[in-house]
Amino acid sequence: MENPFGKITTLEKVLELFNNGMTIMFGGFGGVGTPPTLIDGILEIGVRNLTLIGNDTGFPHIGIGKLVSQERAIKVIASHIGSNPIAGRLMHEGKLEVEFSPQGILAERIRAGGVGLPAILTDIGMDNELVSKNKPHFLLNGKDYLIETALTADVSIVYAKKADPYGNLIYDKSARNTNPLVAMAGDITIAEVEEFVPLGSLNPDEIITPGVFVDHIIPSKGVNWKWAWE
Amino acid sequence: MGLGVDFRNRIARRASEEIHNGMVVNLGIGIPSLVPNHLPKDMMVMFHAENGITGMGPSPEKGKEDENLCNAGGFPVTLNQGGSYCDSAIAFGMIRRGRVDITILGSLQVSKQGDLANWIVPGKKVPGMGGAMELAQKARKVIVLMNHCDKAGNPKIVTSCTLPLTSSQCVDMIITELAVFNVTEKGLLLTELFEPYDLQEVVNKTECGFTVSNNLRKITY
Repeated sequence: MENPFGKITTLEKVLELFNNGMTIMFGGFGGVGTPPTLIDGILEIGVRNLTLIGNDTGFPHIGIGKLVSQERAIKVIASHIGSNPIAGRLMHEGKLEVEFSPQGILAERIRAGGVGLPAILTDIGMDNELVSKNKPHFLLNGKDYLIETALTADVSIVYAKKADPYGNLIYDKSARNTNPLVAMAGDITIAEVEEFVPLGSLNPDEIITPGVFVDHIIPSKGVNWKWAWE
Repeated sequence: MGLGVDFRNRIARRASEEIHNGMVVNLGIGIPSLVPNHLPKDMMVMFHAENGITGMGPSPEKGKEDENLCNAGGFPVTLNQGGSYCDSAIAFGMIRRGRVDITILGSLQVSKQGDLANWIVPGKKVPGMGGAMELAQKARKVIVLMNHCDKAGNPKIVTSCTLPLTSSQCVDMIITELAVFNVTEKGLLLTELFEPYDLQEVVNKTECGFTVSNNLRKITY
């Protein structure tokens, strides 16, 4: 594959970008659409004290859940941790800080970060202390809103079905989920892809994430975990 | 004491009566997932999943599962004709913009004002709200399907929820194995009873008071 933009690279090469204490944002929903090869690589190099931002904490052996279960994170920002009991245990033991954000608001916070906005106004969960605590309010046209801050990360990792050498991405069915949002919100974005295709072979009308947002592309070794339904 | 399959299906069948052609409907896990089985085969309903599916179809045959086509609960599904995929921001945009006609979900408690408590049991589980707050707050109609009482026999329809709220004053209708209530500005209105239960049984098992409809329907299926 020609590599005129220098974005196509290897797992070993992108793993040099990860450090202790950094913030990693990940695509995926219950592990579906979370990049398996990158997760295993991050696990292997042993970085710790991570802050992880994404929809949920996966399952103990699925998706981002692997990093959480092996206590590589000190904080997660997510909408749900219920499918990963280890995350719940670590939270109760005080080993993992969890910031809960309503799912669609979390998606919008990530999107806002990805499109260069500092915050969003919302009316979701205003009467819920866990959501509204310590957050500033804003009165607009006589109605009260919460200010929810945008989210960005040192590195974003996403999982796509196809990429061309510029990093234009398309996703696979419901594995799209948070990936296009996460792809925009990383200072550095790494896409793990199932298939490389030549420049010009993706239909420009059907590209979901423009390659502008993607810095590095690596091939996926595919999902190596057993799904809960299997 | 869980509900028998028959009771679960009676509740699901009653909920299916609320769904009409062309609606966009989001279903929670548990009894709500049984609702599609009770819809007429020719009815066009777009089932919405908050992980980015509109037009979700039934579970695939064993062996035909696609790991990249799952519902919000993580289980393999299919896509009906006319269906589409979108990212999570768009999926919730549909909800907040009022394009989801009905959400059908389970609950731990519902108050007479329609407060919903379905996400935390303090000291036990703190799973996170997921998409429940947005669905409860922004779906056009919120229908709760649940057992009338909890496992210890305590009423789940209460004057005021003792569990943390998911969202206040959001529930429109409650369907249990005993009865159907509408949530009105004046409190709960009992509109239907499932046979063989009678009014007294519902009174005994409901913590708060309620009004009884003049046209009380007896559901015989």
